[in-house]
Amino acid sequence: MDLIREFTSKYIKREVPNFNPGDTVRVQTKVKEGDKERLQTFQGTVIKKKGGGTAETFTVRKLSGGVGVERIFPLYSPNLTKIEVVKRGKVRRAKLYYLRKRKGKAAKVKEKIT
Amino acid sequence: MKGLIGKKLGMTTIFREDGRSLPVTLVEAGPCRVVQVKTEEVDGYNALQLGFEPIKEKRVNKPLLGHFKRAGTSPYRVLREFRDWGGEVKLGSEIKVDIFSPGDTVDVIGISKGKGFAGVVKRHGFRGGPKTHGQSDRYRAPGSIGASSNPSRVFKGTKMAGRLGGKRVTVRNLVLADVDPGKNLLAIKGPIPGPPKGYVIIRKGPR
Repeated sequence: MDLIREFTSKYIKREVPNFNPGDTVRVQTKVKEGDKERLQTFQGTVIKKKGGGTAETFTVRKLSGGVGVERIFPLYSPNLTKIEVVKRGKVRRAKLYYLRKRKGKAAKVKEKIT
Repeated sequence: MKGLIGKKLGMTTIFREDGRSLPVTLVEAGPCRVVQVKTEEVDGYNALQLGFEPIKEKRVNKPLLGHFKRAGTSPYRVLREFRDWGGEVKLGSEIKVDIFSPGDTVDVIGISKGKGFAGVVKRHGFRGGPKTHGQSDRYRAPGSIGASSNPSRVFKGTKMAGRLGGKRVTVRNLVLADVDPGKNLLAIKGPIPGPPKGYVIIRKGPR
């Protein structure tokens, strides 16, 4: 296991901010269109983190025009240029699937006051 | 064919240059030592015998110890032969992962995970029976295994339940994603046979 971690460590090139489920994050990704490259941002609530090492992923959920949209990002993907924590959320579980059933004010995560 | 003996470490994810992820199996391969050189004149065929994973001398019986003494190497746990290596190699010389480079195609040989006595659905990919409509006990059943009084026997080779896995399996044309000469590691794209810590042979593929 240690050798695996040692080997994959060279693929972890970027510093990743510490964030947890419930936090609101802004993720900037590289998008390739033909031979052009542009940046795209996606802002929403982190509803889960999963996996470990280079395989770790997180899911961000947001409401876009009344429709729930979820995107799964590999945490250490070189295509993510920036992860920015906008808000810290106060939640009591690791997977916030209950947010999927909720709409409007009920789907809000309380902010953590530190 | 050039090759190495290795130990499967497990699977992980790395990233390609374009940012897409790539599933790889890590193998600790080599360093191996040449324990015996077999030649056409003496043995009837050309081959190299390699040793992998050194062990204590007291773990080896005397006949084997003599075999290692002759090569001038310490004893090894695993001995495997590689036929028609190509190129002159001296007895006792060390062979490391630097015989491979990223992008090479390799064949990997290992002992697959034993599944025990497996049913026909797992072993041969049968569909099984219906789950509903008044069925009972048919869910993973094999169905008919042949006709009645003619031929009044079951044909040889009929696919039935039985032992699955635990056999030598060769997977060909796997791509080497990365080679780490410092840590003696190979990253092979995709899965390979056997459990983690299982011994495998990595052989340079044809091409």
